[in-house]
Amino acid sequence: MKALVWHGKEDIRCDTVTDPEIEDARDAIIKVTSCAICGSDLHLFHNFIPAMLPGDIMGHEMMGEVVEVGRGVNGKLKKGDRIVVPFTIICGECDQCKRRNFSVCERTNRNKKIADKVFGHTTAGLFGYTHLTGGYPGGQAEYLRVPFADTTHIKVPDGLSDEQVLFLGDILPTGWQAVVQCDIEPTDTVAIWGCGPVGQMAIRSAVLLGANQIIAIDRLPERLSMAEAGGATTINFETESVLQRLNDLTDGRGPEKCIDCIGTESHVSLGQPDTILDRAKQLVLMENDRPHVLREMIYVCRPGGVLSIPGVYGGLADKIPMGQLMNKGLSVRTGQTHVNRWTDELLDHIQEGHIDPSFVITHTAPLEQGPEMYRVFRDKQDSCVKVVLKT
Amino acid sequence: MMFAKIMNVTRSKGDPKVVRTGPSSITASDRIARNLGWFSLALGALEILSPRRITHALGMEGEEWLVRAYGFREIAAGVLSLSTDKKIGLWSRVAGDGLDMATLVGGLHYDNPKKDNVAVALLIVGGITLLDMATAEEVTARHARQTGRRRMYYERSGFPNGSTASKGVAVRNTAVPQLRG
Repeated sequence: MKALVWHGKEDIRCDTVTDPEIEDARDAIIKVTSCAICGSDLHLFHNFIPAMLPGDIMGHEMMGEVVEVGRGVNGKLKKGDRIVVPFTIICGECDQCKRRNFSVCERTNRNKKIADKVFGHTTAGLFGYTHLTGGYPGGQAEYLRVPFADTTHIKVPDGLSDEQVLFLGDILPTGWQAVVQCDIEPTDTVAIWGCGPVGQMAIRSAVLLGANQIIAIDRLPERLSMAEAGGATTINFETESVLQRLNDLTDGRGPEKCIDCIGTESHVSLGQPDTILDRAKQLVLMENDRPHVLREMIYVCRPGGVLSIPGVYGGLADKIPMGQLMNKGLSVRTGQTHVNRWTDELLDHIQEGHIDPSFVITHTAPLEQGPEMYRVFRDKQDSCVKVVLKT
Repeated sequence: MMFAKIMNVTRSKGDPKVVRTGPSSITASDRIARNLGWFSLALGALEILSPRRITHALGMEGEEWLVRAYGFREIAAGVLSLSTDKKIGLWSRVAGDGLDMATLVGGLHYDNPKKDNVAVALLIVGGITLLDMATAEEVTARHARQTGRRRMYYERSGFPNGSTASKGVAVRNTAVPQLRG
C-alpha cells in the first residue's frame, strides 16, 4: 500500500509499504478514506519531537471503513462500519480510562518502559507519533491497523460526509477541550493565540460554550479572516501591540481566559526578541521549545485567570516567568486531548447543525501528493489552513 | 531508504514496513542547502582547529585569529543551513563569501610568494559564492509564503445555522473532571 513515511527532518516520502496485519484480538484494519495533516505533524516534520525513526508512518487524523476485525472486538465493530479513529489509543479498562482521562491511558503505550523513564509515568499510545508514545503507524496511508479497536473508534452515523466528521479524531475535540478546561463564564473574554486549525476550532468552541468576547491573535491575514468569520475580534501581532489591544478590548483588565494554540514553534521575529534567543538556544540544543506565547499569556492574563495549553510542547522550555504566574494566581491546564470524552457531545452538535468543522479545509489532494502538501502547509502557501488527503 | 529498511526490525509483526521509497518533500535546492551546510561545518572546523595551515598556504601568516573567527562564522552558517531556517543560513553564507573574498584580495600583492594560491582560492570562493546565491534564491522562492493564490475566508463561519443560533448552545456546567473524580 501507499503511505506517507518519515525519513528525517523535512523528509516525508510517499512510500510503498507492506499492508498492516491484525496482530492482537482487539485489532481492526480500516481502509482509510480521508486523513489530514495536523499542525503537530509539522513538529515531527521539523524533527522537534524526539524519538522518531526513519520508516515511521505519519498521520493521526484519519477515518475510514472497517475491512477486518480481530476476534476480540466482540461485535463492537463489523466490516463495513465507517469510523473516525481518535489519535489517542485507549484500552477503556485501566483506571485512567475509567476516569475518562483517555490521553493518559495506562495500557496502550507499547513503549511504556521508555515513557515511564521520560515522562515519569506513561501516557497513552498515539498514532503516527514519536516512539515515546508507542510508535504506532499512522493513518496517512491506504490502510491502518487500529489497536484496541473495540474502544478506539467513533462510529459515524449515516448521512454525514467524511469532511463533517474527520476532525472529531483530533482538532475539534482539541479546540473544544481547550475551551472547556477554561471554565467559561458568560462574562469572560477568551484570548486565543494561533489561528491554525486548532485555534479555529477553539474559537468556534468558545462561541458554542457562550464566551462573551473572543479575541484571536495571529499574523496571517487569511487565518485572521477565518477567525473573524467565526466571531472573533482579531489582532495581527505583526502590525499591532498585543498587550495594548488586549487592554483596550478588556477595559485594561486583560482576558480572563488565555489559550495557547501554538505550542513549541512560536513564530520567530525581531519584534519578539525572546523568540530569537529561544531559536538560537534551540539550534545549539540548549532548549527544546520556544515558549513565547506561554510567556505572553502569563503576562497579559487577568489575575485569577486560566491558561489553557492545547499546543504541543516537546521538552524543556526556558525563562518561564514563574513569579508572574504564581503572584497572579493563574491556573494552568494542559494535556493531549481526551478525545472520546467529548466526541458524543460534539457529534450531536454536528448533527444538529450547530457546527460544521469542514469550514477549515482549504486544500484537498490525493495521498500521493502528501509530501508536496506538507511543504505547502508548512510554508503556509496558497493561503493554506488545513489539508485533507484522500486515498 | 537504507535507514528506513534497517528500522523495519524495530516494528511489530502487524506494522507496515517500507518496501520501496517514493517522492520526497525535500526539493533539489533543499538537498544542496544541506550539502552546503555540511561543507560549512567541515570548513569551519578546519579553520578553528588548523588556522596556521590555511594562512601558511595563502602566505598570510599572522592572520590566524581572523581565520579562526571565520571558522566560528562558518559553523554558525552551517548549523543554520542544516536547520529549518536554512534560508537565513544560506544568505549568511553569501555574506560570509563576501568577507572571505575581501580578505583574500588583501593577500593578492606582489610580495606574497603564495599569491598564486590566493588567486586559486579566490576562484574557488567565487564559484561557491555563485552556488550559494543560486541556492539561497531558489530556497527563498521555494518556501515563500506569498506563492499561490491569496484568499480570504470571511464567509467560513463554521456555523450552518448562523453564529447567533450557535452562540451558547453548549453552555452547561463545565466543571473540569478531576483526576480523582
